[in-house]
Amino acid sequence: MSMRLETGGRLINRGTKTRFTFNGTDMHGVEGDTLASALLANDQMLMGRSFKYHRPRGVVASGGEEPNALMGTGKGGAFEPNQRATTTALYNGMMVHSQNHWPSLDHDIGAVNDKLSKFLGAGFYYKTFINPRFAWKHLFEPVIRQSAGLGKAPVERDTDTYEHFYAFCDVLIVGGGIAGLMAALTAGKAGDKVILLEQTAHMGGRAAVDHVVDGAVIDGMEADDWINATVATLNDMPNVTIRTRTQGSGIYDHGYALGYEQCSDHAPEAKGPRHRLWRIRAGRIITATGAIERPIPFAQNDVPGVMLAGAVRDYLVNYGVVVGGRTVVVTNNDDAYRTAIALHNAGQKVPAIVDTRLNPQGDLPNQARALGLTVLAGSGLAGVDGGKRVSAVHVCDQSGTGDVTATIPCDCVAMSGGWSPVVHLWSHCGGKLTWDEDAVMFRPDATRAPTGADGLANVIAVGSANGHLTTADVLHDAAGALGGKAVAGDTVTEEPVDPCWMMPANAPYKLQSKAWLDFQNDVKVSDVRQAAQEGYESVEHTKRYTTLGMATDQGKLSNINGLATLAEKLGKSIPDVGTTTFRPPYTPISMGAIAGEAAGDVFQPLRRTPIHGWHVDNGADFEPVGYWRRPYTFLRAGETTEQAVHREVLNTRTNVGLLDASTLGKIIVKGPDAGKFMDMMYTNMMSTLKIGRCRYGLMCSENGFLSDDGVVARLDDDTWLCHTTSGGADRIHAHMEEWLQTEWWDWKVFTANLTEQYAQIAVVGPKARKVLETLGGMDVSAEALPFMAFAEGKIGEFDARAFRISFSGELSYEIAVPASQGRAFWDALLAAGAEHGMMPYGTEALHIMRAEKGFIMIGDETDGTIIPQDLGLHWAISKKKTDFIGKRAQERSFMANTDRWQLVGFETLDGSVIPDGALVLAAGKNANGQTNTQGRVTSTYHSPTLGRGIAMGLLHNGPDRMGEVVEFGDIDGGVIAARVVDVVQYDKDGEKQNV
Amino acid sequence: MYSAVSALNGVSNVGFATVTEMGLCGMITLRGDLADAKLAKVITSATGADVPAQRRVTTSGDHAVAWMSPDELLIMLPHDAADAMVATLTEGLSGQHVLVVNVSDARGVFTLSGDGARDVAAKLAPVDFATDAFDINDIRRSRLAQVPAAFWMSAPDTITIVAFRSVAQYVFDVLSKAVAQGSEVGFH
Repeated sequence: MSMRLETGGRLINRGTKTRFTFNGTDMHGVEGDTLASALLANDQMLMGRSFKYHRPRGVVASGGEEPNALMGTGKGGAFEPNQRATTTALYNGMMVHSQNHWPSLDHDIGAVNDKLSKFLGAGFYYKTFINPRFAWKHLFEPVIRQSAGLGKAPVERDTDTYEHFYAFCDVLIVGGGIAGLMAALTAGKAGDKVILLEQTAHMGGRAAVDHVVDGAVIDGMEADDWINATVATLNDMPNVTIRTRTQGSGIYDHGYALGYEQCSDHAPEAKGPRHRLWRIRAGRIITATGAIERPIPFAQNDVPGVMLAGAVRDYLVNYGVVVGGRTVVVTNNDDAYRTAIALHNAGQKVPAIVDTRLNPQGDLPNQARALGLTVLAGSGLAGVDGGKRVSAVHVCDQSGTGDVTATIPCDCVAMSGGWSPVVHLWSHCGGKLTWDEDAVMFRPDATRAPTGADGLANVIAVGSANGHLTTADVLHDAAGALGGKAVAGDTVTEEPVDPCWMMPANAPYKLQSKAWLDFQNDVKVSDVRQAAQEGYESVEHTKRYTTLGMATDQGKLSNINGLATLAEKLGKSIPDVGTTTFRPPYTPISMGAIAGEAAGDVFQPLRRTPIHGWHVDNGADFEPVGYWRRPYTFLRAGETTEQAVHREVLNTRTNVGLLDASTLGKIIVKGPDAGKFMDMMYTNMMSTLKIGRCRYGLMCSENGFLSDDGVVARLDDDTWLCHTTSGGADRIHAHMEEWLQTEWWDWKVFTANLTEQYAQIAVVGPKARKVLETLGGMDVSAEALPFMAFAEGKIGEFDARAFRISFSGELSYEIAVPASQGRAFWDALLAAGAEHGMMPYGTEALHIMRAEKGFIMIGDETDGTIIPQDLGLHWAISKKKTDFIGKRAQERSFMANTDRWQLVGFETLDGSVIPDGALVLAAGKNANGQTNTQGRVTSTYHSPTLGRGIAMGLLHNGPDRMGEVVEFGDIDGGVIAARVVDVVQYDKDGEKQNV
Repeated sequence: MYSAVSALNGVSNVGFATVTEMGLCGMITLRGDLADAKLAKVITSATGADVPAQRRVTTSGDHAVAWMSPDELLIMLPHDAADAMVATLTEGLSGQHVLVVNVSDARGVFTLSGDGARDVAAKLAPVDFATDAFDINDIRRSRLAQVPAAFWMSAPDTITIVAFRSVAQYVFDVLSKAVAQGSEVGFH
């Protein structure tokens, strides 16, 4: 059984107990435990079920490479699926659930897949569900989706907070092992600004564990003493920052890197963010990311209790936890002997060390023999007994086919297939790898490194991440990379590793089909061989066909074994097959960290006008307009939205309405060449506009399409004020600046976006003038301030610029005051308007009134494919000007053509409202069997003024078809008959606005 | 008599740094040829401050002049002095190709103060806020989370932030989140 020993555990504090539950069962750990070490201490070896066959699985590793022990942790708004138990810190009161099983971890119905595994091999889904074709969408996919997936998605809103942090440094070092520390010391002493990231809570990496066994000495000190001393030295350097629990997750262009800090996963009650995403810009990046141990492919190598040898050692040394009382070590290298020796020294039984090599004679094997341990050289494992935990191993000749020579009872198997440098970060931004035949590993090729803007290498791999596996080499490499001198390191010498891609070497299919490569996605040696046999040669294709390396661990354990298996079957060398692509992040990071502060109220910036507060307090039903929130209507008690809108329209048409138009874009254009510039920007002539007057204008894109519209006012000799649509202000300002900065850089024109400088309020309706006269101030009579003029002065006590413009067809003043006066001005207008029956109105009333008048709306009548001519706006396109933006495009044959869909009004015969988006039907069917169309509705409303449905829309040759009755299709398949009429359905002659 | 109001009326939030909306502030955008000697003379005589170098701010009493782009300055001054300053500058620069406009009410101005001010700013803006890169009277135009903002190191441990008025509430909210106790970074 797995348990905690009476002594030992360098990272735990036995004095502080920790309570937690696993699948509802109470368990205990101690301070410093990971979830995995605590579960093992509670003899909980079964930690999950595999993805495809639902096989029982235990923990394999002790770090971020763990494929099996994925848990759901927390509850409610703090629930998080797919947490690796090996890297999840235990905390008091933690709630933990295992995944991918039903009804329970111990009794899982899905395990029937394991019995069917012969039929579920590589490419099973592709082969099985391809026919009949219709069935995928309607039958297979829904069923498969039900059964797929590891963790459950959270159902509640995340209760934690997250944030980003931008940091800049000369040298970023990823990894706090002795390589990272040596590099930091070197760079720190050189005066560089250094950031050192370590993903665990502890510095020192493997050396801190292994020196206990091998007695490594650094700079004359025991390794962990050197580690502690070096960390202290670095902490004293003002130019060095060390962050633990922070993973260097990804490297991108131009020295940009992501750090993923888990601030409070280990202490969820603490204040502050749960995760912090470091967005670092570094001059150079040192990857000191260490190495990952490879499993060995032998039959039943996935039974709980079969683990990586280094992990078995970690649990013993770091947490005082043993996986079993009898551990068989199986290896092809010297390093695994450290595990055997450590276990033996801790009083545990090691009945055999099974070594594939014929005559291991390194320091460590000989040390093991001297301790009385049995080394079975030239041997392998033919299989493992046990279902939910190991009970025995079957030893065989490694070079044979698996004939069993001995059966050894045991409850733990510590396997080591050698070590692979963690080359992920090196590779993220283009670093290439080279295959080292002797060391049996892919290692970074320093001649093909990721490069910075200067073309020089800006990522440097050091230490084990660069393929150096001994203390002295690691230190030398790390210091040398930064031009420094390493401190001395000394440890045992090791003999070469012996490649082992299948155990035994000539294993028959029966053994191959139970020899796991990818534990999480259930890919076995037989699957990869089958893929090769079926013609898959590319490692990328084989990955997708077999799902090798496609799980949440991204093949950290399976990658090298899988491609070696493929290479062997294809008869190619390993470097010829190559690796799959390494992409960030190194391990999954939380969605919350990516979102940062952008959640809840600040998910997106909302723009508020100076009058927004009044709207909130007075029943506004808001709608989004760009990033603005504008009142759609102001609801009164007992009203429906529609009733409120109709009330607002009728009141404005008969009394007076008030509209917050502050969101309208307001751009100043000034300079000696401003008139010339305005004539290019607008389709109509703006240079001739008289000072003090307003003119409606259109702006087009280079392709001739209508882009924005609005009223322009001429403020003085060389200054124009351009009103844009609410959503278009920033876009049009950028459009103007782009032309000025890239094409007409020699024109003397300056622009400024003054949209937010002003609150703009429209006073609209037959009694508008009376309201303003009640307030007093400037002369707003028809004589002093005629239609399409503006004036500056005081209205009441406010600093006003009043425009006589109308988007409703009523007598209308749009009055701009400085934003700081906006709310007070609004309140003053309401007070002055009370005796005149004034009511505020929202955007929907605005829309209905403009539609009654046949005024177009950018985004309704336009969609990026509409030219002004389509909308009957020829009158706003100057024929005198030699050029304006869009002019040439509008002269193309298919634009300068009346054979297009063009704007008309529609009046339904029964008075009903045409549905939004409805199409005008035409005779016949198109090539796809769909009914032909000849137009579509663009604006459609019930007009409370006219008491019937009104609409505008585009119709083929529309203006020539006045009086004709056409049919709109509705969603139910019915038709609505409507007569083609003038777009202006109310006050055609404009008498109401010009008074 | 009404009272003019800023976007958030001087609201503040105290965490491990303090964020304060500064109420009504005067601001003028001036666009022109910053290398022009006459322009420099007019600005200095009107504000007391020199034309600033790239990414710098010059100050004189309650006036400050900030470099915004190769052809744009931002003049900061008391709110009620802005219109008169626009008139003075316009008069002084008549005949020159310049644009001088009052943008006081288009903006929300905040200060971020305290030992953690640099760290708070670094949570929201991709700017190097280390002292060797960003010191007294340095200014950066960047973004604050999702909106444009300018950052001015206006005093030791005080960063003045200029953003658009319409997003003042958003700016205050993200800054308030970023100063929350327990979220100290300890980097700068």
